[in-house]
Amino acid sequence: MFNETILIEYLPILIFIVLALGISGAAVIGSLLVAKQKPDPDKNAAYECGFDAFSDTRGKFDVRFYLVTLLFIIFDLEIAFLFPWAISLKDIGMFGFWSMMAFLGVLTVGFIYEWKKGALDWE
Amino acid sequence: MSIDREIEMFLAFAWMLGHIIVLIVGVLLGVAYLTYAERKVLGAMQRRQGPMTVGPWGLLQPIADGVKLFSKETIIPSQANKIVFLLAPVILFALALVAWAVIPVDKDWVLANINVGILYLFAISSLGVYGIIMAGWASNSRYAFLGGLRSASQMVSYEVSMGLIIVCVILCTGSLNLQEIVLAPRPIWMQIWLFPMFIVFLISILAECNRAPFDLPEGESEITGGFMVEYSAMTFALFFLGEYANMILMSAMATTLFLGGWLPPFGMWFLDFVPGIVWFGLKTCAILFFFLWARATLPRFRYDQLMRLGWKIFLPLTLLWVVGTAGLLLAFDALP
Repeated sequence: MFNETILIEYLPILIFIVLALGISGAAVIGSLLVAKQKPDPDKNAAYECGFDAFSDTRGKFDVRFYLVTLLFIIFDLEIAFLFPWAISLKDIGMFGFWSMMAFLGVLTVGFIYEWKKGALDWE
Repeated sequence: MSIDREIEMFLAFAWMLGHIIVLIVGVLLGVAYLTYAERKVLGAMQRRQGPMTVGPWGLLQPIADGVKLFSKETIIPSQANKIVFLLAPVILFALALVAWAVIPVDKDWVLANINVGILYLFAISSLGVYGIIMAGWASNSRYAFLGGLRSASQMVSYEVSMGLIIVCVILCTGSLNLQEIVLAPRPIWMQIWLFPMFIVFLISILAECNRAPFDLPEGESEITGGFMVEYSAMTFALFFLGEYANMILMSAMATTLFLGGWLPPFGMWFLDFVPGIVWFGLKTCAILFFFLWARATLPRFRYDQLMRLGWKIFLPLTLLWVVGTAGLLLAFDALP
């Protein structure tokens, strides 16, 4: 019973998702059908300021993008912990507060280490 | 099951469907006229007129643009991953629409009043990165790839501070339900305490929507349009619409979290007779105007400045603010 009432609240969202995907899909397909398609090898080539592409794009890229996403995962997880903590802070009181501070403290030490290592620098 | 019950269920379903369609049409119209407003505001700030030709005062310009984009040829690059390439704009735009399901537009007007509304909103707005990274990767073009990477890491960086700001707000309101966040009592000291977070939130949503002065993913002078460079016709239009729909969504989110949603401003109870949706609309428009104003005024950031602001200033600041908020509320026994 409990589960059903919870799930019924999400039914509009599910229908909304289906409708939204349908509308945006229909827009693309409709445009493909309505407009005249005249493909051409030069027109369909990758855009690189007028000349032919030098090499394939699937190659090396800057490692710092990777570092940023790694950092993001750590902090996003932390936020995922903070949400339930923030809601129940009244019930868990001082003990809950200081446990979270200890956790945040550990994270901050890691953050300072990254900062000093230069993982956050983009020159 | 009796026939009465079946009719009742059918009516409830029809009501829900109607509600969704009203929301979608509302957002689409909002997006269309936001593009118009942007051109008009930018024009006025540069002492030009903006669009004036199509319809009275150029009011039909967005519709003309839409029809034009719909009837253009969709160019699918020969080296692209075709399915992902076509799917990316669809996903991006659908996500920008779907988030509206939980936004409380008026007193009893919210499609799905779920009790984790703000989490849902946060999750959906995070998923937007997928559309962009898919577009950048599937285009298989240098500029698109760089633009996609830039955009993804920028959105991800500012999402952290956005998340921490949301934590500050829910510490003060004690609920994840957006309707309850709007209605939660806010004494004046709480508003003053949250005001710096409102400013940081405003700046973060600029970066989250890839808007000027943080529009590096599209920086036309360096990467010629970023992840959208290979897109044309309706696929391009969907990216465009998605970006503007996201702007409206983020403004609505800021309104709901900080400006009291559909309530009259400054607790002016004698203005209660005005429908809540009017206040909601006005507050959202005010924040949207801030978006346009920033675009007309500020030069573009450099990428290192952008990252520095996100990681070295906003992240420590918002983290401190979370600790400070929790500590203050505990110390003065003011937790909701």
